[in-house]
Amino acid sequence: MAHNLTNSEIERYSRQLIIPDYGIESQNKLKSSSILIIGCGGLGCPSALYLSTAGIGRLGLVDDDTIEISNIHRQIAHDENKIGISKAQNLADRCKALNSLVKYEVHNILFTKTTALNLIEQYPFLFLSIYCTDNVITRYLINDVCVLLGKPLVSGSALKFEGQLTVYNYLNGPCYRCLYPTAPPAHAVSNCSDAGILGPIVGMIGSLQALEAIKVVAEIGTCLNGRMMIFDGFDFLTRIIKLRPRQIETCLMCKSVLSRENLTKKDREEILENFDYIEFCGVSNYNDKSINISILSDKKRINCSDYKNFTESHLLIDVRPKCQFNICSLPNSLNIPFDDFVYNEEKVVENIRDKLGNEKSIFLVCRRGNDSQLAVEILEKHFNDKEIKDLIGGLQTWSKEIEPDFPKY
Amino acid sequence: MLHLTIEFSGGAELLFGNVKKHQVELNNDTKWTIRELLVWIKDNLLKHKPEMFLQDETIRPGILILVNDSDWDLLGNLSYELNDNDNVTFISTLHGG
Ligand SMILES: [Zn+2]
Repeated sequence: MAHNLTNSEIERYSRQLIIPDYGIESQNKLKSSSILIIGCGGLGCPSALYLSTAGIGRLGLVDDDTIEISNIHRQIAHDENKIGISKAQNLADRCKALNSLVKYEVHNILFTKTTALNLIEQYPFLFLSIYCTDNVITRYLINDVCVLLGKPLVSGSALKFEGQLTVYNYLNGPCYRCLYPTAPPAHAVSNCSDAGILGPIVGMIGSLQALEAIKVVAEIGTCLNGRMMIFDGFDFLTRIIKLRPRQIETCLMCKSVLSRENLTKKDREEILENFDYIEFCGVSNYNDKSINISILSDKKRINCSDYKNFTESHLLIDVRPKCQFNICSLPNSLNIPFDDFVYNEEKVVENIRDKLGNEKSIFLVCRRGNDSQLAVEILEKHFNDKEIKDLIGGLQTWSKEIEPDFPKY
Repeated sequence: MLHLTIEFSGGAELLFGNVKKHQVELNNDTKWTIRELLVWIKDNLLKHKPEMFLQDETIRPGILILVNDSDWDLLGNLSYELNDNDNVTFISTLHGG
């Protein structure tokens, strides 16, 4: 059959070309397609590496972040010599070393309404974007832009030992918003830097995103649209669940696209413009990774250098989860995880009464200085004769300003 | 008795003492729909923080309910009537990447 592959491409892709269900037709389609990968981290790395080596025509890589040492255990395209370098640029460089025939485009940007629509539109042959981003607002925004532009979205996510994978907005399958019409409360969302993630879990989900992308582009096999894979690597359980179809009556985005013919660029801009993502998701900005809150008045807080110089006897309570306390802690600190404050307030109070001698002060510390403030509010109700303060900025600030040898994680 | 397997995943198990799988028996003198089951779970399995599980008498946003691996929306949502040996799973959507 007619195809546009050169002899060197035939040799390079031969092992996939000879699969009967794939064949040269699929390779042709891959070569003339573009894919945008949003997020060049744990999921984006394997997705991009495999799509590049498979011979996609054009690969766009989006990320505004730079490489940190704590990324490398899972973001397998990045290495020790590239700390501080742009993730999108480095991933493009790594892919280029694997397959220089692909056209790479690097976008060091944060996704907002304007950038999302403009960027995804720039891909005239774009068949899908793969998203691998760890914040809710970006997930809704990417989904909505894909619905407005009629592009499938291969979605992966992973946390701790678990992963989820599906293809949104493809054929009759639902979009992300069809499935989750209301955003979860902001405090119910945990990300990789707080909850943790194991490398092989994101590696597997990211690789399978590349598989689904190849199938969508080549129009072969049965994709996960209308279904979702749920993987629990801890107990090794996999299930494929059946999802609702596209919600043309109730989904705000699907409804607004299907109720009108031939949306213009201006229509799309208006639909996005009229939607307040920040309010919808209950977050403070588009880059809502680990925000630092400030709820206590200054007199209920102590900064790290004042705490260092505080010589009177006192009780120091570390409210981080036990597994984090086991990594490192300040001397003489007592570990009472914040969850216990929430779930078991009475017992926590009893425990603290037991430990308290003549100390007039109780100080609370956590990783970044957020939970410790909430813990102050809880303890104030029970110990009104004590001075109760939180250590501003937590152990991260302690390590930065007072004790450089204190482990960072 | 109505025998159900109730499972939690994606982090929803944290609300239930980190136990992912629960086998429960319900008295089937009356009919059980998901609506009643949610209240029963809140009263009998949930440890604390009911607002992290239920909101406005339904599941809170971000948790997907499955009955025998099918989206509950395909089965009638809150009014789905439970059968003996049904598996009801609550999956919290993941956001990490
Ligand atoms: Zn939709």
